[in-house]
Amino acid sequence: MELFTNQVLAGVATGAIYACMALAVVMIYQAIDHLNFAQGEMAMFSTFISWQLMQWGIPYWWAFLLTLAISFAGGILIERLLFKPLAKAPVLTNVAGFIALFAIVNSVAGLIWDFTIKQYPTPFGSSPFLGSQLISTHQAGMIGVTLLMLVGLYLFFQFTRIGLAMRAAAALPESARLVGVNTSWMIALGWGMASAIGAVAGILIAPVVFLEPNMMGGVLVYGFAAAVLGGLSSPLGAVIGGFLVGVFENLAGTYIPGVGNELKLPIALALIITVLVFKPAGLFGRAIVKRV
Amino acid sequence: MTAMLNVKDLRAYYGQVQALHGLSFALNEGSLTTLLGANGAGKTTTLRAICNMVRSTGAIEFEGKSLSGRSTENVVRLGIAHVPQGRGTFTTMTVEENLQLGAITRSDSKAIVSDIERMYAHFPVLKERHTQQAGTLSGGEQQMLAVARALMLRPRLMLLDEPSFGLAPLIVRDLFKILGKINREDKVTILVVEQNAQLALELADQAYVIETGKIVMSGNAKEIASNEDVRKSYLGY
Repeated sequence: MELFTNQVLAGVATGAIYACMALAVVMIYQAIDHLNFAQGEMAMFSTFISWQLMQWGIPYWWAFLLTLAISFAGGILIERLLFKPLAKAPVLTNVAGFIALFAIVNSVAGLIWDFTIKQYPTPFGSSPFLGSQLISTHQAGMIGVTLLMLVGLYLFFQFTRIGLAMRAAAALPESARLVGVNTSWMIALGWGMASAIGAVAGILIAPVVFLEPNMMGGVLVYGFAAAVLGGLSSPLGAVIGGFLVGVFENLAGTYIPGVGNELKLPIALALIITVLVFKPAGLFGRAIVKRV
Repeated sequence: MTAMLNVKDLRAYYGQVQALHGLSFALNEGSLTTLLGANGAGKTTTLRAICNMVRSTGAIEFEGKSLSGRSTENVVRLGIAHVPQGRGTFTTMTVEENLQLGAITRSDSKAIVSDIERMYAHFPVLKERHTQQAGTLSGGEQQMLAVARALMLRPRLMLLDEPSFGLAPLIVRDLFKILGKINREDKVTILVVEQNAQLALELADQAYVIETGKIVMSGNAKEIASNEDVRKSYLGY
């Protein structure tokens, strides 16, 4: 029983990271109808920036906040330079754009910081959390920071005017323009926020997977699985999907014989395929109440 | 009276297809004008061209300012509210959020709150349903919501694209009564595009008749309504 609880809690902790990645992917998907394959690489790059800041002697939490700001600006910049011009281009052109972005960010990170694996600090420590053997302080910190951010995002989208405008721009761009919303800048803002959310995920997972240019590859696949499971049209679904995938991954690795650590990744892929076959809209995919 | 909106030689294109062929008309401040015509005559295109939602050439001036080259949201910010065909309701949001979106360009939060109350006075059914998802409203209620959302901008000019479409005759009468009231009491200049010519002519003071992208007739609404030749050849009733 203790093993079970332990695996579930550890799953919730990594699930928090998948939830962040899934949310970032869904935010951009809602705005421009494309999956950002480079979301993980952007997060990795952000994590390197925070690492560099700390190498220069900036304390952890200042580096954290500074990295969020830089990532936010970087996300907006990428949208303005690369994806705004592609807005009316065919799907494949956009896909090529995302793959290019993936390759560029990955190799630039390797060029600047090289491909050797680096240790990444945690501000929470790795001792048992509250004296319990079930979960470490860093895992508890991952869950705590993620929940704090999710609540903040919820309040932002539900109760601020700019959040309302962003929701309107994503739901019905033409109607949003007709009430005076600058939809183009709302998309850019969405990119900035997705990029900052990815940065949080990268910084929190870096002490676990270690810092290197390919660190987010697996994480992003789980993020996609979470987004598909929850439904690409539902930010809430993506978050819940993230936690579910995290727990599912850990339990499968522990209890299904022959799966183990090496076969966890194919499980995420199998999950994506299963959901797409049996419930294409995902668990929380849009169910619009409509009266005719 | 000075012309509030001046449209000169407007030509609009969907790809290679030309939809408007040199259309000119003017709206006086405070007027309630209707633009009539058959399906495909170019009524909707005319409204879309004013808000720069379709490629067009020609001159459009609103209160002395040229509208060409402005983005849709910047045209709206000048005080032109456009209720599109199909109403453009944000179906997954609540009725109240829809109203708040109508005022998204304003920053006077106290006045916005009182304006929402004013809309609830105009349309009591919206107050009853203010926490409901807008997609659950009936067609008539959604049209009321669309008009209320447009008014939340505190527009100088309101463009309505076939507000009667798909509504029961009784509801259309109600709606038109409210439009008349808004025009008189709130001093909002209104341009309403309609296929329901009979009703629109009762409501409006000025009328333009459009055929294949050109204005073929203009004048006082009552005179056009009483001219049997016009009615038979263009309005079909």
